[in-house]
Amino acid sequence: MVDAQSYQAEALIGQDIEAYLAAHEEKTMLRFITCGSVDDGKSTLIGRLLYDSKMIFDDQLSALEAASKKSGTQGEAIDFALLVDGLAAEREQGITIDVAYRFFATEKRKFIVADTPGHEQYTRNMVTGASTADLAVLLVDARQGILTQTRRHAYLVHLLGIKHIVLAVNKMDLVDFDQMRFDEIVADFTHFAANLEMTPPLAIPISGLAGDNITQKSANTPWYAGPALLPHLETVELAEDAAQQAPFAMPVQWVNRPNLDFRGFSGRLAGGTVKPGDKVRIVPSGKTSTIASIVTMAADASQCDLAEAVAGQSVTLTLKDEIDCSRGDVIAAADNPPLAADRFEASLVWMDETEMLPGRAYELRIGTQAVSARIQAPKYAVNVNNMEHLAAASLGLNEIGVVELATDRPVVFAPFADSQKLGSFVLIDKLTNATVAAGMLHFSLRRAHNIHWQAVDVDRAAHAALKGQQPKILWFTGLSGSGKSTIANALEKKLHANGKHTFLLDGDNVRHGLNKDLGFTDADRIENIRRIGEVAKLMTDAGLIVLTAFISPFRAERDMVRALVPAGDFIEVHVDTPLDVAERRDVKGLYKKARAGTLKNFTGIDSPYEPPETPEIVVNTTELSADEAADVIIAYLDKH
Amino acid sequence: MPSLTHLQQLEAESIEIMREVVAQAENPVMLYSVGKDSAAMLHVAKKAFFPSPPPFPLLHVDTTWKFQEMYKLREKAAKEAGMELIVYKNPEAEAQGINPFDHGPLHTDMWKTEGLKQALDKYGFDAAFGGARRDEEKSRAKERVFSFRSENHQWDPKNQRPEIWSLYNARKAKGESIRVFPMSNWTELDIWQYIRLENIEIVPLYFAAPRPTVERDGLLLMVDDERFPLNEGEEPVTRSVRFRTLGCYPLTGAVESEAASLNEVIQEMLLTTTSERQGRAIDHDASASMEKKKQQGYF
Ligand SMILES: Nc1nc2c(ncn2[C@@H]2O[C@H](COP(=O)(O)OP(=O)(O)OP(=O)(O)O)[C@@H](O)[C@H]2O)c(=O)[nH]1
Ligand SMILES: [Mg+2]
Repeated sequence: MVDAQSYQAEALIGQDIEAYLAAHEEKTMLRFITCGSVDDGKSTLIGRLLYDSKMIFDDQLSALEAASKKSGTQGEAIDFALLVDGLAAEREQGITIDVAYRFFATEKRKFIVADTPGHEQYTRNMVTGASTADLAVLLVDARQGILTQTRRHAYLVHLLGIKHIVLAVNKMDLVDFDQMRFDEIVADFTHFAANLEMTPPLAIPISGLAGDNITQKSANTPWYAGPALLPHLETVELAEDAAQQAPFAMPVQWVNRPNLDFRGFSGRLAGGTVKPGDKVRIVPSGKTSTIASIVTMAADASQCDLAEAVAGQSVTLTLKDEIDCSRGDVIAAADNPPLAADRFEASLVWMDETEMLPGRAYELRIGTQAVSARIQAPKYAVNVNNMEHLAAASLGLNEIGVVELATDRPVVFAPFADSQKLGSFVLIDKLTNATVAAGMLHFSLRRAHNIHWQAVDVDRAAHAALKGQQPKILWFTGLSGSGKSTIANALEKKLHANGKHTFLLDGDNVRHGLNKDLGFTDADRIENIRRIGEVAKLMTDAGLIVLTAFISPFRAERDMVRALVPAGDFIEVHVDTPLDVAERRDVKGLYKKARAGTLKNFTGIDSPYEPPETPEIVVNTTELSADEAADVIIAYLDKH
Repeated sequence: MPSLTHLQQLEAESIEIMREVVAQAENPVMLYSVGKDSAAMLHVAKKAFFPSPPPFPLLHVDTTWKFQEMYKLREKAAKEAGMELIVYKNPEAEAQGINPFDHGPLHTDMWKTEGLKQALDKYGFDAAFGGARRDEEKSRAKERVFSFRSENHQWDPKNQRPEIWSLYNARKAKGESIRVFPMSNWTELDIWQYIRLENIEIVPLYFAAPRPTVERDGLLLMVDDERFPLNEGEEPVTRSVRFRTLGCYPLTGAVESEAASLNEVIQEMLLTTTSERQGRAIDHDASASMEKKKQQGYF
């Protein structure tokens, strides 16, 4: 079929290029992936599709022939996988490491296909490819049947909301095109799919290497009644067409303000359609207005206003009223806007070598919003083989689970099942900047709505005024034995003598009471600091000057406490004593134990210390006595 | 409403990417090479920010060996877009008189690879748009839209950041920079069709015309100015030629052609049987040469 088609196309190109281009311009586009277990033939299938749709040029073909002989897996014959595996490391090892994007077109459609890696190790690259796909071709080696990776990919594809799945039972040439084997595999998969509540996919027996049932029905499978792969790809429904049916919503990316007379809001429509005159609501503020115009650039100035825009289009909108709206806000249909919330349940695919740290603040990106979010320990992790729920304290690389999370302010969202654009998010590690997880929001948790702040008349300012002081948190951080407690003690005595109302929170007194349920794992250390931070904040609300003396080894948690109080009220004091000096002092004999291995997770020995990057005060204890250090801090307080 | 066509989808995606960069990066720049891909990218940028001019400058990393007609269009295009044009020439290459005739691969290394690094460092650009497409070459097919470079401008292909949905993460450590490829998913045919639909001006060298040429190592080179050293007895021959891609004129092979209009060029491209980059000397060496070049900081 494609051969016949491309022959016709060639004739048309030769005779009437204008007509050919006019037809080609109208083509729609389908994005799909190939996925499945290692060596099931994903790359080979794509090579075959490119070859059959005449996307391989003569020079590429001769390079391919030479490369096949040198590093191919098919002896003297062409190894189509080499067309796709473009990295040197991939060609050397004969595997796919990262996703490759390839392009081809038929008479009906243009295709972007992403070839994803089968190895579990590279799952995050598979997720990268799958996240933008309308359809997934899940390959199975007919000899091997359904493997763990097949199930993992099926689950991921389902989780990522890809509506169309094709189960391609590949290498049928190696099982003599045996119908029984095919039926067996399909039944096996159908059984698994039932666990996922996934509609059974279209199953096609193919040989990517030999070309059976790829562009046209194969004579080798007379028992197969369904379509060949490519004709099927040419006709499935596109995701964006479905998005047009959703209510109108556009996350604002950028405010366009060339001069005082123009203020436009630029973004890409996440759903629905919009026309001038439509009533809209800005979320989360809830303000309403009316669309004045949809602006685009056109050679002819009279064409610069569009009559309508639809899901998937990038536009600039102007409003009839001067209302507050900026990046992160969503402009939506006035009568059907998305909600805002700050607590959610979500599915999470963890993608970083460093495991998830419950309690740690990550940056969460959803739409064009960026907020700080804290994840709780997973409700459960998922066993990809049978969809069983497993108890889990955290999620490691490539693990999938369900979590609850809280953001530091409300975000505009829709459940992922209703809107991919408004329901998908990523988590970013604030220190390494790595994208560590992909998430899909299920729903918001009501709890957040029900906790209303008790409005109090005697507020922070009133407490402080009565005490005649400015509340502060003096946060001492440094290695064990660096001198935090000693200096904090000396300082508190001086402040007290000066008539200040103070309170000292110290490692040992807090560990014995408030935090006695916590140990010294990374997760517990984070929770420890979180609680101390909240207590210190309450004490500043009461008007106190709070001194805290904790190792607090992680930058992220110290910054989290900093964010709790008004700017300027958090004073980070780095008690900067080198490890060897602290170890030599070893007041409590802890370093000795840690070195001997009887004390685990000891900061500086087998657990990291992240020094502050821009502390307000640095105290060098090799040069200053505790008393002198306290004076340095008092001098700082007097100045600020 | 009918489905968006593939070109509408591609344009919308490229616009979204450009706006994300402007919203997230501190000091973005657009690399402008004056070729057809740059022309299409610049046009998309104009549409993305209209009625504002694109809120970043254009940067041309010059080698002094581009075709004369490219220099002409460069100034004009920047002016029409209302954008600042920064032209950067590696001063060492200039002082040493590095040229493609005497210095071979060193020419590309110093003018382009080194020149680009120097320019990005000099102006402190933290995100640079490039017009590269994934269909150009095997290692490009693997590259993310937001592609990170270390402090030494190196690409680590085995450790690319996940890029999920359109939630582009432009956060980076101090010293790191980002190359952004908003046209990643366009094909050569898409670019041509877009140029045709949107009436975008391109360098006339893409259209066939009689030009003075000589044949060297299987490439048909155009004698664009008097710096071209002719061998003993070598005479430029006037042939009807055009270029499928534009770079330094002594390194860019022409094809013999009569295609003088856009439709004819597209027609010829569709019926041709060799890939676009064949006319460029740079990719001829090893299969993985582009990957190596990029690891060293080539765009
Ligand atoms: N006989 C036969 N061999 C096949 C077929 N499809 C693929 N192969 C071979 O199976 C091997 C693996 O193929 P690839 O295409 O590299 O597999 P992959 O799924 O892309 O592998 P990863 O990306 O590394 O997970 C190669 O030797 C192919 O030539 C087929 O239909 N029939
Ligand atoms: Mg592969």
